[in-house]
Amino acid sequence: MLNYTIKRLALAVVIVSVAMFLLFSMIYLIPGDPAAVALGPRATEAMREALRIKMGLDQPVWVQFWNFFANAWTGDLGREVLSERPVSHVVMEQLPFTLALIAGGITWSVALGIPLGCWAAVKRGSWADRVVGVLSVAVIAVPSFVVAIYALLIFAVTLRWLPAIGAGEPGSAGDQLIHLILPSLAVGLGWVGYIARMVRASMLEVLEAQHIRTARAFGLPDRMITYQYALTIAILPTITLLGVGIGQMLSSAVFAEIVFARPGVGKLVYDAILTRNYPLVTGAVLVTTVLFVLINLVADLLIGALDPRVRSRF
Amino acid sequence: MSAADSDTLHSATAAGHLRILRAARRVASEPLGALGIALVALMVGGAVLADWLAAYEPNRISPRDRFLGPSWSHLLGTDQLGRDLFSRVLHGGRIALSVALFSTATSLLIGVALGLIAGYGPRWLDNLLLLLFDSVKSFPTVMLALALVTLFGPSLTAVVVVVVLVNVPGYARIIRTQTLSLKESEFVIAAQSMGAGMGRILRVHILPNVLGPLLILASMDIPVVIAIEAGMSFLGLGVRPPTPSWGSILNDGFTAIRDTPWIAIAGGLPIILTTLGFTFLGETMRDVFDPRLKGRR
Amino acid sequence: MTVLAVSGLNVSFATEGGDLHALRDVSFVVPEKRVVGVVGESGCGKSTLINAILGLLADNGRVSGGRIGFEGQDLTKLGARQMRNLRGLRISTVFQDPMGALNPVLSVGRQMRNIQYRSDLARSEKDARSADLLARVRIPDPEEALARYPHEFSGGMKQRIAIAMALMMEPALLIADEPTTALDATLEVATIELLKNLQEQIGCSVLFISHHLGVVAELCDDVVVMYAGEVVERGAVREVFRRPGHPYTARLLECDPARQSGRTRSLPTIPGEIPDLRHRPPGCIFAPRCTSSTDDCRKAPPERTLGAGHIVRCVHAGAA
Repeated sequence: MLNYTIKRLALAVVIVSVAMFLLFSMIYLIPGDPAAVALGPRATEAMREALRIKMGLDQPVWVQFWNFFANAWTGDLGREVLSERPVSHVVMEQLPFTLALIAGGITWSVALGIPLGCWAAVKRGSWADRVVGVLSVAVIAVPSFVVAIYALLIFAVTLRWLPAIGAGEPGSAGDQLIHLILPSLAVGLGWVGYIARMVRASMLEVLEAQHIRTARAFGLPDRMITYQYALTIAILPTITLLGVGIGQMLSSAVFAEIVFARPGVGKLVYDAILTRNYPLVTGAVLVTTVLFVLINLVADLLIGALDPRVRSRF
Repeated sequence: MSAADSDTLHSATAAGHLRILRAARRVASEPLGALGIALVALMVGGAVLADWLAAYEPNRISPRDRFLGPSWSHLLGTDQLGRDLFSRVLHGGRIALSVALFSTATSLLIGVALGLIAGYGPRWLDNLLLLLFDSVKSFPTVMLALALVTLFGPSLTAVVVVVVLVNVPGYARIIRTQTLSLKESEFVIAAQSMGAGMGRILRVHILPNVLGPLLILASMDIPVVIAIEAGMSFLGLGVRPPTPSWGSILNDGFTAIRDTPWIAIAGGLPIILTTLGFTFLGETMRDVFDPRLKGRR
Repeated sequence: MTVLAVSGLNVSFATEGGDLHALRDVSFVVPEKRVVGVVGESGCGKSTLINAILGLLADNGRVSGGRIGFEGQDLTKLGARQMRNLRGLRISTVFQDPMGALNPVLSVGRQMRNIQYRSDLARSEKDARSADLLARVRIPDPEEALARYPHEFSGGMKQRIAIAMALMMEPALLIADEPTTALDATLEVATIELLKNLQEQIGCSVLFISHHLGVVAELCDDVVVMYAGEVVERGAVREVFRRPGHPYTARLLECDPARQSGRTRSLPTIPGEIPDLRHRPPGCIFAPRCTSSTDDCRKAPPERTLGAGHIVRCVHAGAA
């Protein structure tokens, strides 16, 4: 287990480094002078020169890269162009909103996906199974931003059941939760389908296992066999699936935050691009990437911790 | 090529056509497959025949007709500039489908090339490419798109580049795995010992074996590609106005969602129908052609 | 007193190529406190027989005739719920593969506690009972073993745990489905002895499925020889093995590796294959592979009684 953990950690570090390199080369390749872009057309040449030196743009490429790289690993993502606030502070301020949104998305997808998949597997071949199958495919296919807009249109604008914009009163958990319902549905709906399909497939596999036959031969009640003996094994693969899922939910979160005018990292990056606030863009992208890699890492290690068979293998 | 060779080739293509026809009938006989075919035919037909079907010029501004609700003269209503939404949706379909086709084809070409290099090339290159694929995959898609737009500016090129970056690692990996396993297989080694060059081995022995599953996967990725185009256009990072795109129509609708909800409906509906159609079709095709691929996504 | 009385049992499966008659006219009894062996090649219907008794036939399978008498009721007439109430309580099973028979993600203690779900005992009392049974199957440190997971035990230990679980509720009938096939020879002997001891302590009957004739000879009182879903011969083990009345039994005994004297290059096997049970030829089912078949074998063979309880289904039986 320790060996495996170290290996996975090393791989994560390498991937993040390569990602940093890609990000850096991208900024470097942006056409035009970043200082000029940042300061706008009315800046004097002296102002631009001063900013260039401050941003380290007068240094050779490899020095710039090394600085970017070393600073990023220590958590220093540079400063915003105009307000000069540290990028890491700005990003960290917005991160909790995005994380709450993703947690909400996971809650939706798990709360609906696992029972649906389990139900479909137990009722294999019935019309219920078929309906769940088609629904799963359908919610996977439809892009999250369309779900977001239609959810906004139906539940907030037309029916007025739920609020349309914002993240709710700061400090009021209830209000924030109500504001979370629709955006997190938009983020999580597609994953209801993925999880339902995954749980159904692995349930069917587990239900064929010899130990399930043994459990039946002991006359254990169907409910006990389904939930305690089969489902506990069948949901293990969904944990790795959720690792991937969180990454895609980060993408969907950008749309959900824009549509529902919620604060968050996605909205931050979007606004930063529109205002050409490049240090903020790279900083936020880097943070989400690291987050993504970390989540996948945790998912991989978690499945090891939960499944005693995998645990013993390392 | 000898006469006998070309003969077998001819009968092989004939048999191939027959097989494709039979498979298509099997896909159409599944309810979900038939629905998929119908939806895809509807959207593709609408896009191809847009010039004839559209009653209005998609970009013609008509200030008198602003924000008209759906009616017989404007099936889906009009937008904030008085443009006919039905015409814009039809022409938007052209953009969506041609971007989908072009960028998927490009990803396939690059993916196959990189996969062959990784599988057939030296070990260090293989490892390097794998690491690169993992790293690209480690960016959330939208973040990748946002970052790339800073590089290229909002444009269709940016959309295509995003799609290529998202799709290539997956395709390359499949080709790589297949190449690795085929490289050691008897018929390839036999061909090698008979002096067949690398190019010929790749073309004759390896590619035909991997193309089928790859094409099915690629067709199943089309909804994702359409979502990327629409999503980026929705954010104003893809197609530049006034070119009609489902994503930009959706954005127009979002801006005016409280008063004129039909604009958002008009933008979202074609996206839903197209992604559903291609997904139903792709799922059925996969089940019919290659059950082994089940659970790949 | 008989515990289990199977009479005229027919089981068929609906398949694409028509009905498959997996069991035909199967009859035998398991007397109280006796061990009855069922032997035959793979595919002879042994597993179908177990599933039919347990009421766990696959969805496309059904009992199309006969009865399974158990403690005064006909199991083929019982509903799913009534059947479930018997399983694990009055009829228990040990399966062939000890590696896969236990749930991998639940601790041994949890699984043993679950089997006692019908009992009103407190959790600690159930655990004490589990530990006691583990001790009886000679699992070292039984209290501590309850907290462990199946993969932490060896194959032989897992099979002993499975036996402990099966005997948990002191059933009247234990079905053992090739419980030692997956174990190596020394473990096999030890496990058989353990099983025999526990059977005597608890006083249950055992239906012992095996293709290992030596083990059957060692452990069982009676034996049922099955071929292609039919009982071809049954009777006391000594009687049947010493004076086999059916040519199939005779060939089976010849093929048993334990019977081979000296070194042979290849084990003798019975030529031919089990017939397609969807299109059963009329007459004796073994006739196509039988070296002593005659024209008489094309008619349905009569049941002949060779001795007390020694019954053979062969037209030639007792003639020689």
